[in-house]
Amino acid sequence: MTELSSLRTVDAPHGGWQRVVVREVSRATPGTVVLRVEVEHRVAHMPGQRVVVRLTAADGYQASRSYSIASAPGDDLIELCVERVDDGEVSTHLVDVVQPGDEVELRGPVGGWFVWDGRTPALAIGGGTGVVPLVSMLRHARALGIEDRICLVGAGRTLETLPYAGEIAQGCSVLALSQQVSPTGRPAARLGRDDLLPHLVGREVFFVCGSARFAEAASQLLVDLGVAPARIRIERFGTT
Amino acid sequence: MVVTRGFQGRRGGRPGRLPPGQYDIGDDWPVLSAEVTPNVRLDRWSLGVDGLVARPQSWTWDQLQALPRSEYRGDIHCVTTWSKFDTRFGGVSLDVLLDAVEPAPEAAFVVARSVTGYTTNIPLGDLVDGQAWVVWLYDGLPLTGHHGGPVRLLVPHLYFWKSAKWLERLTFLAEDAPGFWEVNGYHDRGDPWLEQRYQGD
Repeated sequence: MTELSSLRTVDAPHGGWQRVVVREVSRATPGTVVLRVEVEHRVAHMPGQRVVVRLTAADGYQASRSYSIASAPGDDLIELCVERVDDGEVSTHLVDVVQPGDEVELRGPVGGWFVWDGRTPALAIGGGTGVVPLVSMLRHARALGIEDRICLVGAGRTLETLPYAGEIAQGCSVLALSQQVSPTGRPAARLGRDDLLPHLVGREVFFVCGSARFAEAASQLLVDLGVAPARIRIERFGTT
Repeated sequence: MVVTRGFQGRRGGRPGRLPPGQYDIGDDWPVLSAEVTPNVRLDRWSLGVDGLVARPQSWTWDQLQALPRSEYRGDIHCVTTWSKFDTRFGGVSLDVLLDAVEPAPEAAFVVARSVTGYTTNIPLGDLVDGQAWVVWLYDGLPLTGHHGGPVRLLVPHLYFWKSAKWLERLTFLAEDAPGFWEVNGYHDRGDPWLEQRYQGD
């Protein structure tokens, strides 16, 4: 069986809550918002990590949720991409209400497992907003001029509904669209073994991120293609 | 206090049952494991209990089934801030296994280990006197693989990452030995009512 404990992990930096300012707000897709946040006392993150965002109502009631970081460590701001979940207590506020200049509280970065060290050759597979922590990895590699170290496979329905699709489509990364022919001519189809097979050689670590259903399917594809489970790191998104 | 402009919040309906910072997720049950869901073959599987105990022992699936059954009915709390009310798990009380192996007087911590290599550390005091179970049923049905089946640990009064999925071993120790998430920044005990989410909380 696999040995999670034998894999290299890093200590997660963490700290208390701090007040941060939302500087930029834009739409990534019809259902998601990109928030770019200024963090005064910043702890450098590793690509793949997340932060916890906390909102406080006037009577002191608070709610917090975790969101993956999309920005590279070298970015002056922390970038989050938040998908609006119907009934989502925090996501509906972040997508519908937040404007530049608003303050929220933030804690982190957290998580020392789903992180890329910026060296180990990696294949990263994301479904929908599951691409967000992988975009941080891709941006980091591009900033360092080592894009050959990471290949990102982004899976979604269409270019318009997959966050960062345009950015992923550049370079050696791959778009797997289920309802649209991709810019490279890939026919519309769900993520399959043919999308991954050309990108396995030489990869030593595999990141999978998305809904529980997507993560299960993508990680099983990798196992079926002969990737050792111990090399696969998964971040499953809960409903929030 | 930093009031968020325009934020109302949902405020859950059941005062006293929701630990600080948690919300009621309703009927949903998110899957948040960090590794490939293993395919555990019960004919090759056993649960071992070892370390600082008088009589190390292991139980096959059939032997586990023969032990007196016990049920947990109540709530579970995930560190990612969801809580799930009124769950019903079936299995065996950990007290039954502890009686069989007889922990040594110096045993103070337990490391639970999954077939995937996932580990989590728990103070022994949190596993005794009806606080913990080894379970294989949820709502009367076999526990599914993505929820930790065939057999998982259940320590419902701590954050749910302590309830190791795909359980294969419990090891008794004198000193605490941080597990998978604990090495990665999460709290060594993880009491939701004290909001012990991360190291230092």
